[in-house]
Amino acid sequence: MRVGLFVTCLVDLMRPRIGFAALSLLERAGCEVQVPGTQTCCGQPGYNSGDRAGARKLAEKLIAEFEPCDYVVVPSGSCAGMIRAHYPELFSGDPPWLARVERLAAKTYELTDFLVRIAKLDSVPGEYHGTVTYHDACSGLRELGVKAQPRAMLAKVKGLRITEMTEAQACCGFGGTFAVKFGDVSTRIVDVKCDGIAAVKADAVVLGDLGCMLNIEGRLRRRGDERTQVLHVAEVLAGAGRGSS
Amino acid sequence: MQISSMHFKARATQKLADPDLREALNGLKQRFVPGRAAVIAELDNFEEIREAAAEIRRRTLEHLDFFLETFERKATERGAVVHWAQTWQEANDIVLKIARDNGVRKAVKSKSMVSEECALNDALEGAGIEVVETDLGEYILQLGREPPSHIIAPVIHKTRDQVSDLFAEKHATPRKTDIGELTREARERLRPHFLQADMGITGANFVVAETGSTLIVTNEGNGRMATTLPRVHVAITGIEKVVPTLEDLATLLRLLPRSATGQSISNYVSVTTGTRGDDEIDGPQAFHIILLDAGRSRILASEFRDILRCIRCGACMNHCPVYQSVGGHAYGWVYPGPMGSVLTPNYIGLENALDLPHAATLCNQCGVVCPVKIPLPELLRKLREKQYERGLRPKRERAALRCWSFLAAHPRLYGWVTGAAARVLSWMGGDRKRIASLPFGRGWTEGRDLPAPEGETFRALYARRGAR
Repeated sequence: MRVGLFVTCLVDLMRPRIGFAALSLLERAGCEVQVPGTQTCCGQPGYNSGDRAGARKLAEKLIAEFEPCDYVVVPSGSCAGMIRAHYPELFSGDPPWLARVERLAAKTYELTDFLVRIAKLDSVPGEYHGTVTYHDACSGLRELGVKAQPRAMLAKVKGLRITEMTEAQACCGFGGTFAVKFGDVSTRIVDVKCDGIAAVKADAVVLGDLGCMLNIEGRLRRRGDERTQVLHVAEVLAGAGRGSS
Repeated sequence: MQISSMHFKARATQKLADPDLREALNGLKQRFVPGRAAVIAELDNFEEIREAAAEIRRRTLEHLDFFLETFERKATERGAVVHWAQTWQEANDIVLKIARDNGVRKAVKSKSMVSEECALNDALEGAGIEVVETDLGEYILQLGREPPSHIIAPVIHKTRDQVSDLFAEKHATPRKTDIGELTREARERLRPHFLQADMGITGANFVVAETGSTLIVTNEGNGRMATTLPRVHVAITGIEKVVPTLEDLATLLRLLPRSATGQSISNYVSVTTGTRGDDEIDGPQAFHIILLDAGRSRILASEFRDILRCIRCGACMNHCPVYQSVGGHAYGWVYPGPMGSVLTPNYIGLENALDLPHAATLCNQCGVVCPVKIPLPELLRKLREKQYERGLRPKRERAALRCWSFLAAHPRLYGWVTGAAARVLSWMGGDRKRIASLPFGRGWTEGRDLPAPEGETFRALYARRGAR
């Protein structure tokens, strides 16, 4: 099966290793992975800020790039949710596009969701000798139902133990531009998340979205926590993280 | 109530610095979130009831005129007088006229958020009528001259210590700290008011078309006294609160207290139909029902219609990370939290509540808990679109968005710019690989570091790998 990997703008810019980790997992699952070279952004910043026309332009570009693939896989619940849950709304009232959008939406998956439900990957190369806690990012959880999938995949990682924090499903306070517009409110929200992480004394918090990752890591470090690792689930599964010890 | 929704950002900052508020909001979350979860878990078909409830509300709004006219006819048949108010001012004028016609000098009130919209207490006091709030929370607020900060737990922003101080000062009694004793003191103060009042004013959680009844859901018994003791009862509510039948009401009541306070049913569910009959000993001699529009019919005809399904349970704010952080007063008007951020701009104008649609992370926790399935994040997003279309967003924000969509639409330029950004930011991160202060992202870096990028983009690395 031909799988198009949409690495997302934040992985591209901030954490390329997560993109390569996703790529290696998909290849391990036997997928023929294509990475369209012109990919950029799914349009979510514009969509959530009221710039519908700007969002639509980027959505059209992404659709054209990924249409030929059998599946589209995204190492982010937020960007996958944008395509799956919000593109159809963005193109509602435009039947020719809507048909294309719905086809694409139906074959778009968040990475762990794809590995569990479609690729049925049964072993992973990653090793992590320590305890991790999983943060459920909002869009993945509430738009795509990604909850059991990352935990099922992490359970296959040699040496890794999962411990659940309270309110794993609560928002970390990132919210895209919210974190900059209302920086102090956002900081209070992420503090609650950091308290939850600190309380379980895990070696790492693992998650599936770059926005939450930058937010939680940035706040943990500012609070003086130099110990707790913040890792994307792809890097833990692929064994590409700093954390494999 | 004075409108200060324009100042959400500044008020939120102020509220974040209040340690008492933090303690109080933490109490709200600890009580209401697990409370709701526990009683929802008792139902084995919660999602089906939720869908049925949403459908009742959808269907009613679809034929709102029909159900309202049916309600008016039925209520009139039972001796009530139905009044239609287009504006808050009209609603107040109607209440004042009823008061004048009946020689009312004192009114007792059961909790009503619609009366907060109208600023009814100010209107009554202005006309020389004494008005006493009898819901314990609202009573505390009236003593302290404060607006409510939550639609079902109006005084949630206050700690017990603050209430102790307030009672000692206003009642001129020795300071008490036991909640039971404080409540008893309030009861003792309220009892004579109930007996003396000429008018009882209540809201209505619902009005029933089939029977012409109004209904209130309460926990303290004050509502029942306000509807039965005074000789005149005035119920004031929004036109969207009608439900077709008692059976529909039963469905909605399975969700309202559960979603609100985590109770499978509230202590009192009072259905009030008509005036006191000749053979009855309880009930008012006159029963007036005021149905308020004040923007609702305009919302009904707009793409924001779904918000009119709201049954005012407060679950969206109880579960909202923003509300949990800043409380209700930061939102600046009657309705806080996600439902308020949709309603307020619709009622008072988009340009008077610029921050509210953006004061959300769009985490959709509100959408998930809403008992009538209102797509709150979607409605907030639509409001953001309206602001953008009408040019109400700051120029810098618009420029940044346009710049981003231009860049992302031109992949080569995008690759060059992001490549440069990755290098520069990575260099700025230094050995610690994080940036403590960004001139153009202070909102971020005041509370957090920005983890630095690795240094090269995925695109660049992938292209090189392919070339090898």
